[in-house]
Amino acid sequence: MSAAMLDRVRIGRPTAWILLAALVVLVVAPHLLPQYVVILLTQSLVYAIVAMSLDVLIGYSGLGSLGHAAFFAIGAYATAILVTQHQGGFGAALLLSTVAGALASAVIAPLALRAAGIYFLMITLAIAMCVWGLAFRWVSLTGGDNGITSIPRPEIGFGLDMGVAVEFYYLILLFFLACLLLLFLLIRSPFGQTLIGIRDSESRMQVLGYNVWLHKYLAMVIAGAFAGLAGSLYAYFNSFVSPSDANIGHCMELVLMVSLGGPGTLVGAGLGALIIVFLKNMVSVYTKRWLMVLAAVYVVTALYAPEGIMGLFKRSASGGDRPK
Amino acid sequence: MEFWVNQTFNGISYAALLFLLGGGFTLIFGVMKITNIAHGSFYLVGGYIGYTVASWSGNFYLAFLVACLAVCLLGMIMERWFLRGLAGQDLRQMLITMGIALFLQDLCLVIWGGNPLTLTVPSYLAQSLKLGAYRFPVLRIAMILGAGLLFAVLWWFQEKTRIGAMVRAAVDNREMAEGLGIKVPLVTLGVFGLGALLAGFGGVLGVAFMGLYPGLDFELLPFAFVVVIIGGMGSLPGALVGAIIVGLIDNFGKALFPELSYFTLFAPMALVLAVRPTGLFGKG
Repeated sequence: MSAAMLDRVRIGRPTAWILLAALVVLVVAPHLLPQYVVILLTQSLVYAIVAMSLDVLIGYSGLGSLGHAAFFAIGAYATAILVTQHQGGFGAALLLSTVAGALASAVIAPLALRAAGIYFLMITLAIAMCVWGLAFRWVSLTGGDNGITSIPRPEIGFGLDMGVAVEFYYLILLFFLACLLLLFLLIRSPFGQTLIGIRDSESRMQVLGYNVWLHKYLAMVIAGAFAGLAGSLYAYFNSFVSPSDANIGHCMELVLMVSLGGPGTLVGAGLGALIIVFLKNMVSVYTKRWLMVLAAVYVVTALYAPEGIMGLFKRSASGGDRPK
Repeated sequence: MEFWVNQTFNGISYAALLFLLGGGFTLIFGVMKITNIAHGSFYLVGGYIGYTVASWSGNFYLAFLVACLAVCLLGMIMERWFLRGLAGQDLRQMLITMGIALFLQDLCLVIWGGNPLTLTVPSYLAQSLKLGAYRFPVLRIAMILGAGLLFAVLWWFQEKTRIGAMVRAAVDNREMAEGLGIKVPLVTLGVFGLGALLAGFGGVLGVAFMGLYPGLDFELLPFAFVVVIIGGMGSLPGALVGAIIVGLIDNFGKALFPELSYFTLFAPMALVLAVRPTGLFGKG
């Protein structure tokens, strides 16, 4: 990697090498690991996309949106309904879900943005629970508690069979990398830098003449679009969507992924998604009480790792400084 | 006509339950600025403990007493050990309450199993009161009266007593209250305990009213949220009005548009947020 290139994107040389190594691992991994693990990795990547989009809000804009799972679920249902009832293709489903996520967010954001701080947290969560209720009770559209089953894997041509775990993994990996790049560019753009400014001091940005409300609004719409896209991929991955995809547990799980990985790092959100997906699936093999383990992760993360795993790295790298 | 009378009555009795849930939630929110995701779990734990005590002792009122005290203690432990150190850090506090909610959910499943439970109430509560052409179950009338009385007591306590004044001072300006010698940590501990107690009380009442089953904690939580968002966060009269609005809308919603029943909650909430973001009785 040339120094000029690194300079332009403003990341340090060690970070660049770590990212490159992670990329190599992600590309090689499916050939070295059992199929079960490949499937979990695929799931992690899908969740990584939605967790990263949530990080744009929590970590970069200072908007603690707790209802992000709602847009994920809206995207998942949009794809599920289009594919199973209207024989929609892969491209159409992706587009529909992304637009649905963005539109839902565009409608909900003005309501949530009426409030700030803890009120914002509570309102976003309450709205998400209304979406859950809709999925749960609007039986004729959503199948109610039974959800929508047997969503086929997408047909993408090129002689590739998406039913094969490894080939589907690479498809999702492509989407993950594209989303990571797009979100990274978004954060590094003037728009993203303004969001960071708003996170750090809203009144200062206001005085400087930025339209704070509009920036927050657009951030929510963009995050909603990415969540919708991730939802679409999830529907194809899981071949099943149900109201539980929008329930409060799922909402909080996304927040946990971001917090655990480290808010405001993008990559951290992906790492958090990986850890939570593997933890849930691995622990539930060994004990029926995996919910208690998950509960412990929530409490420990909140009590002892406010800056998440990336924050712990940063702290040890900078000589053990406490985060402020 | 019969439809409207019955549905209104059912809506109001559901509102009584929602007030117990939302009232405790709003008290905790007002003093500590915590959105307590474990609040539905307080309700659930209260209900289960009440069920066990009632079926073991046969005494309906002992069940209330034991359940309320146990849940009150649970709330105080949670405040003292988990939440106090994180004052002002909303997101971290919510993650903790979520962790505790999951823990309690699983614990209830281990202890009481997954089957729905109901409680047989004393025979005089199981009757119906005949009023003209209508019959009203006594239990529901008792619920409505009980919740109304409780509201009056709580309101009197908050507005007219010395301790209530301390609580209001702690809500309005924590540092100033501390400066005046009010032991704010004690106030928050007490309020958290009281809020939990109300939810536990609601839980025991709820077993007789609508049964008890795993998952009810997260099913009721949206109602507590919407009640408090509509009424105004931290306001007791707001919780009462919010509970009545939500109770009625939910009942008529379920009867008239069953498919949209949860979503009918969204409309009043959106309306209030658009017109008055702090809620009907909220300050600000």
